[in-house]
Amino acid sequence: MRDFRFWGLLPAHVLMALTLIVPILIIVAVSFSTRGAYGGFEFTFTTDAYRQILFNEGWTGELEFNPQYLYIIGRTVLLACCTTFLCMALAFPIAYWITLQGHKARVILLFAVTLPFWVSMIVRVYAWLIILGNDGVIEKGLRLTGLVDDLPSLLFNNGAMLAGMVYSYIPLMILPVFASIEKLDPALIEASHDLHGSRWVTLRRIILPLCWPGLVAGAILVFVPCLGAVLEPVLLGGGKILMMGNLIQMQFGGARNWPFGASIAIVLMCLVMVFLLLNGLRATRKAMEEMA
Amino acid sequence: MSHRTDVRRYRGLGGFAVVFFLWLYLPIAVVIFYSFNENRLVSVWTGFSLKWYAAALDNQNLMNAVRTSLEIAAIATVFATTIALMAALVLVRGKGVRFRRVSETIVNLPLVLPEIVLSVAVLILFSQIGFANGFAKLAIAHTTFCTPFAFLPIRARLQGMEMDFEEASADLYANKWTTFRRVTLPLIAPGVFAGAMLAFVISMDDFITSNMLNTGGATTLPVYIFGLIKQGTTPELNAISTLIILVSLLVAALALFIQGRGGSMTDT
Repeated sequence: MRDFRFWGLLPAHVLMALTLIVPILIIVAVSFSTRGAYGGFEFTFTTDAYRQILFNEGWTGELEFNPQYLYIIGRTVLLACCTTFLCMALAFPIAYWITLQGHKARVILLFAVTLPFWVSMIVRVYAWLIILGNDGVIEKGLRLTGLVDDLPSLLFNNGAMLAGMVYSYIPLMILPVFASIEKLDPALIEASHDLHGSRWVTLRRIILPLCWPGLVAGAILVFVPCLGAVLEPVLLGGGKILMMGNLIQMQFGGARNWPFGASIAIVLMCLVMVFLLLNGLRATRKAMEEMA
Repeated sequence: MSHRTDVRRYRGLGGFAVVFFLWLYLPIAVVIFYSFNENRLVSVWTGFSLKWYAAALDNQNLMNAVRTSLEIAAIATVFATTIALMAALVLVRGKGVRFRRVSETIVNLPLVLPEIVLSVAVLILFSQIGFANGFAKLAIAHTTFCTPFAFLPIRARLQGMEMDFEEASADLYANKWTTFRRVTLPLIAPGVFAGAMLAFVISMDDFITSNMLNTGGATTLPVYIFGLIKQGTTPELNAISTLIILVSLLVAALALFIQGRGGSMTDT
């Protein structure tokens, strides 16, 4: 027990260094390599993998601009933004409503909000497959009303992915938002009312600004996993609408183009970093604390 | 103050909450409902039957996947919780620890990386060093991304605790190890339990990494279910899902119960 400060941290540092930090450096190296003859990679410094994101190589070796992968990157960012925004819009009123309840009801409701989150992710995505699927619950319900009889497929589109992702990640938004609303002093709301502020003015000028840190913390927790989502695009998007996560996975699976996959992974990591820096590191640390 | 005049209340909020909770639980209810369907097609209800449960429990591949998942989750939980506990003790209690901020960021690194990047990282690493044991690969990768989930509740518990008892113990000539074992550990037990629980659930739930490293015969439960879903929806899948839902809810209730007894803990 000579110096616990040193060897107490050692296992954590060794684990993260060996399984994360060094491998990420290797990913960087792979992204600047050429693909090996039988998969894998051969290290010769080249930016081909990054060029492949933007350009197609024609038959004669000329480069032509190919926006296909840019679309995928754009779609991923857009879908992650939409998911985050929808989660905010749903989580805020619910979290606010929960804070209005009595102490006992509050504990039960918070538990009820987090309960589906304990159920395996793949089961929750499967549930949406059944609900949205051909002859699924929604289609049946609509047919019963007699208003529609020929529906376009509800599955395998952006909307289905969005529904699945909001459903998957909303508890991560509710908890930090709830924590920030709970800290709000009710006297401030009453003061606003006494000064003839209407409910909407109070909401916009008092409640929302004071709860903003909670919303930002929730946004970080939702946005990062959304950017790397794999399951929802494959199952609810039908595997035709690709996201960055699928693209990376394919390069290391069937397509066997490691350098290209690595370059997409680096782009993904840079996107996350830019997002985190925009939000400030302080908010990130807060988000982690709220989660604990 | 009556509800109507309470300025904190907004009209329609209650109704919105009802719809929200319906939306939250409807998918789960639908899965459970159709697991009792006798028909081979999930959404064509022809009668009540328990035969899909019999089929699920009889499915040897499924049981193998369950065992693999449980074993990997158990190993990852033990290692991640131990590593996280040691790190938390140093980072919260250690005096004059250098680079405290950096160390904390390193421990929490898996939280700010999309999991697909982490899975690619370990895949390349293992292929470079020629490590082929599928089971061990998964156990190591799971330990990595479970560590911050074990770390955060333990740190929260340690931060909320005074040093008094440990100082008293030291005054009574207990050495450091005895103090840790008899005083500190019992006091932070709820945090350690919450962390271990979270690590276990995260490991059991993992799909991306397990799927990426899925070679060498180590197929976990989510990866196995994914394979089934790709073949099409069947009531047997619903039965399997229902069993998973039941076990998850039991585990969640148990966790809440134990945490409730352990005094105030920030929840997850």
